Amino acid sequence: MAKQGQPPRLALEGITKRFPGVLANDDVSFSVAPGEIHALLGENGAGKSTLVKIIYGVQHADEGRIFWDGEEVEVANPKVARRLGIGMVFQHFSLFEAMTVLENIALGIDEKYSWRELQQRVTEILKTYHLPLDPRREVHTLSVGERQRIEIVRALLQKPKLLIMDEPTSVLTPQEVERLFETLRQLASEGCSILYISHKLHEIKALCETATILRGGRVVATCDPREESARSMAEMMIGGSLRDVSRKRTADFGPDRLKVIRLSAPREGPFGVPLKEISLNVRAGEIVGIAGVAGNGQNELLAALAGEMDGAEHGAIFLNGKACIAANVGERRRDGMCSVPEERNGHGSVPGISLSDNTVLTARYRMGLTGQGFIRYSAAEDYARNVIDTFGVKATGPKATAGSLSGGNLQKFIMGREILQKPDILVVSQPTWGVDAGAAAAIHQALVDLAAAGSAILVISQDLDELLALCDRLAVINGGRLSEMMEVEGISIERVGLLMGGMHGEDDASAALDQEEHSHAA
Amino acid sequence: MRLKLEARREPSRLMLYVTPALAVLLTVVAGIVIFTLMGYDGLGAIYQIFLTPLVDPYRWQDLFVKAAPLIIIALGLAIGFRANVWNIGAEGQYIVGALAGTGVALATWGMEGYWILPAIVLAGILGGLAWAAIPAFLKTRFNVNEILTSLMLTYVAIQLLFYLMRGPWRDPEGFGFPQTRLFTEWQTLPIVVPGTLIHLGVPMAVLIAVVVWVILSRTITGFQVRIVGLAPQAARHAGFSARSTIWLALLTSGGLAGLAGIFEAVGPFQQMTPQFPQNYGFTAIIVAFLGRLHPLGIVLAGMVLAISYVGGENAQTAIGLPYAATGMFQAMMLFFLLAVDVLVRYRLRLVVPAGARATHERPASGQPAGAKAPEPESASA
Amino acid sequence: MTTAILISILMTVVGAATPILLAALGELVVEKSGVLNLGLEGMMLIGAVTAFAVTYSTGSAPLGLVAAMVASAAASMIFAFLTLTLTANQVATGLALTIFGIGLSSLIGQGFVGLTVPALAHVFPAALAEDPIWRVLFGYSPLVYISLVMTALVAWFLTRSRAGLILRAIGESDEAAHSIGYPVIGVRYLAVAFGGAMAGLGGSYYSLVLTPMWADRLTAGRGWIALALVVFASWRPLRLLGGAYLFGAVMTLELHAKAAGVSVVAPEFLAMLPYLATIVVLTAISIAPAGGRLAAPACLGKPFRATG
Repeated sequence: MAKQGQPPRLALEGITKRFPGVLANDDVSFSVAPGEIHALLGENGAGKSTLVKIIYGVQHADEGRIFWDGEEVEVANPKVARRLGIGMVFQHFSLFEAMTVLENIALGIDEKYSWRELQQRVTEILKTYHLPLDPRREVHTLSVGERQRIEIVRALLQKPKLLIMDEPTSVLTPQEVERLFETLRQLASEGCSILYISHKLHEIKALCETATILRGGRVVATCDPREESARSMAEMMIGGSLRDVSRKRTADFGPDRLKVIRLSAPREGPFGVPLKEISLNVRAGEIVGIAGVAGNGQNELLAALAGEMDGAEHGAIFLNGKACIAANVGERRRDGMCSVPEERNGHGSVPGISLSDNTVLTARYRMGLTGQGFIRYSAAEDYARNVIDTFGVKATGPKATAGSLSGGNLQKFIMGREILQKPDILVVSQPTWGVDAGAAAAIHQALVDLAAAGSAILVISQDLDELLALCDRLAVINGGRLSEMMEVEGISIERVGLLMGGMHGEDDASAALDQEEHSHAA
Repeated sequence: MRLKLEARREPSRLMLYVTPALAVLLTVVAGIVIFTLMGYDGLGAIYQIFLTPLVDPYRWQDLFVKAAPLIIIALGLAIGFRANVWNIGAEGQYIVGALAGTGVALATWGMEGYWILPAIVLAGILGGLAWAAIPAFLKTRFNVNEILTSLMLTYVAIQLLFYLMRGPWRDPEGFGFPQTRLFTEWQTLPIVVPGTLIHLGVPMAVLIAVVVWVILSRTITGFQVRIVGLAPQAARHAGFSARSTIWLALLTSGGLAGLAGIFEAVGPFQQMTPQFPQNYGFTAIIVAFLGRLHPLGIVLAGMVLAISYVGGENAQTAIGLPYAATGMFQAMMLFFLLAVDVLVRYRLRLVVPAGARATHERPASGQPAGAKAPEPESASA
Repeated sequence: MTTAILISILMTVVGAATPILLAALGELVVEKSGVLNLGLEGMMLIGAVTAFAVTYSTGSAPLGLVAAMVASAAASMIFAFLTLTLTANQVATGLALTIFGIGLSSLIGQGFVGLTVPALAHVFPAALAEDPIWRVLFGYSPLVYISLVMTALVAWFLTRSRAGLILRAIGESDEAAHSIGYPVIGVRYLAVAFGGAMAGLGGSYYSLVLTPMWADRLTAGRGWIALALVVFASWRPLRLLGGAYLFGAVMTLELHAKAAGVSVVAPEFLAMLPYLATIVVLTAISIAPAGGRLAAPACLGKPFRATG
């Protein structure tokens, strides 16, 4: 769709950005034509996010030039970017939970509208692009898809000439993704360029005309994704051949290792979701998945199973047939259940202390790292070294602080710390979130091997592809309730997507939008 | 050019040790400037505050006697601060501890026996413990902020002291002065270095420091305290209860403050008077931070603060520097410590202004005015 | 007769409430921006002593008030620089500010102990201000009216103005506000300075109006009560007004009981009342379902450092 003879909407020349110890962007150059949907593709840590932050003026390049419609510009801050016509939808939404949609939109734009005017314009945009959203609701009551729409409306209010989408689909249901793509195609057809950042290859194949691939901060290839295979792009992204996770599927599982009956629990924090009567079972040798959009009770489920709720959960939990609802974290660990929470920094590990000390956190119960109230430092150090060696963690040694490790290496360390305890039951949340492909493959393989050795594994993940590749059965969590269990073989993706969306929130918002239109017309 | 803070990948170990000394040094320099500006002999004031207590061997005993309560209280506070439990009402626990011990002393007045002093000291510990249990209960049961409750209770404790001194506990033979009778020899702390004021509380302070050091650095309890403070969620994941940590921190710090209080009452004071509160409970906060919440650091910091107390008295008599200056001086030490603390986590770097960067050969076109506003996060030099 | 007593009691309540209302209003704005400044007591003392010293030396009370605001705001900038620029711990820095304020005020106050200044003049004509009935509306110090106007202004600013919206947003999520392009640190500096100036005003009420003389530590922990009041009010200015007058009433109880020579209860126990009331009230608000907790700004007390 790029028109001949026109200067590119955006051109980067030799952009370089250094952080202490890291070269985030190294001489990056590429351009985006008017009306083009351009993918920026790369693994976690490849430098995509830094690059778009530079384009949007949140960060500043150490070297290099930015051209806008053929003229060199300096994007000092996001305000300048917006004035140029750059709109941005962040991966982690820049939203204010305790405020209304309209307040959030007002905060995200530079023009000063009166409330009435703003409400009118917002309603118009919601109608034009078929975005269901109620401007009067407070953000913490909204689904993730609805939150993203706030960001999109914010960007569209400025009539952008370039819209940057940073990992927009990582938290959406398949149906929400489809709806988003329609909006983006409509925008592109109106002449707005779109810079689409993702590592999801099939989405890029479906949406984009050009792809710039980053690896280690450098541009390694530019291609037309429609003519490439997902595999070929993946290999350009990771700079090597993909390792496949090998798993022998069997239907031959042992007895129930984990059995949960009508487990309920209160919300964690003001914006959490309470669990409502969750029942499930995981057998020896089996991997069971819990799919769902973030913020539907996943954190509560992990906390309730691991015993982190200080007795606030009720229902029944059996570990190897032994009731443990009243047991605390340590007792459950001793009874054979280990867990890995979603958040690595500050939940799964403490960034400021050494890897050796980090093993004391969760491995002390099963690995004898304490005695008579004293910490056995040498035992902890040996165990940490064992984890580092066995799982190929890149670290200077057991004395390195957890915070000094990259995301993927820290995740490997945490997974290794639990797996080497040979748990009968392992509950993991988002095992490969924000982890590079190599580490992700290693983690998946480790989970498969642990199951093969007879452990029961429960994987909570927002990444449906991951669950489909890994699990024997899966269920969907939505609003703190769990759907029925489904065999992964022959599962209907559409049905899973609908369960993930829950349908409920969408209906509310659409109804509100209709109402808005009515009152506007009247 | 301006100074820019750049995050270190790991906190600097060297700076951890250097910064407290740097803070004391900066305080000295700032003190000279400020006292000179206020019309005092700045250099003389600093000499009096920081050096005379050290050069005069006769005042060494005062240093130890002053440092002991500061160290004992600060050790307890450090446990709390490490766990993010902000007991700032140590002054109140100090007073109530002393009052509880005094109660036992008055009840056993005139009796003889080796059991009396331990009973008084135990009552002191329990008194401080009980006073700290109130914020602990309110925090764990109702999530009430312990900063405000522990502090409010300090004001309550002061009034309680005044009431007891004016009323029920007044010395019947004291000519109506609002103070208790003098404690008997069975009720007072023994002197450990004959011919000086150095009482049993001084070696006890060192002993407690060693015990706390072992607990914090070697035991799972010390580990728990540290993890709860660093990462509450990780602590929960590790099976450390936040509730028990709050109780532990507040009861320990309250008990130790109570101990310091009763040592002071049966040591230097030998009776209870309305002048008993000396602000040690607040100064100990400075001691805890200056000692980096480390037991051995706290022993050193306690000595530094004791020097400033004794030196402050010297400066008062020698050059007429008001005693209030000591408090301000001590607060400045904490300010400077908090300021130079930044060097542990960040390094300072000189940055050449954006306009002078070599990458722009020709002026950028279309650049809006004011686009080169300094980044808000950088410290201007 | 009873009307006269009632009016006198009412006026004492207002008098006791005004300084904590002023200081708490400032702190409310500070906390709404996501910063917890525990140095309120210290800043009030600095304000009190500055107001007194300047009024005594120049003979001009308005000048004293301005000087108090400037001095306390300046002291708050120490806090701001340490916590905002150098990302020091806010609790520790606030405590340091209070200890500093106690020392500094008593150092400056040395030469003024026991001296008095003429109280602040009335705003309204004497006919109204000294009328036995109408003085209940018109007979207060200008600071009382200023505190009421400021309550309305702060309420309007936070809920109706765009700047207030931005300030709240920064307190709610500094990361998000930064990524949209708002100057998080700059706004917080301004908020802390405002908090300092208001604490200075509150402090000067003690040294210029309530007891127009200087005494060491004359705020007697009222700064901490003001801090508690912000929590009690769930960060809402109008509830703050109510809370301040409630505390004013508790403190008045003490004064009047003392004056009336109530002998059943020792005066020391009456003096404990405001502090005990603070604890009770804080507990009550924490027990209340959907109480203060949701209303607290999400970023309160957390250090912020922009990346890049």
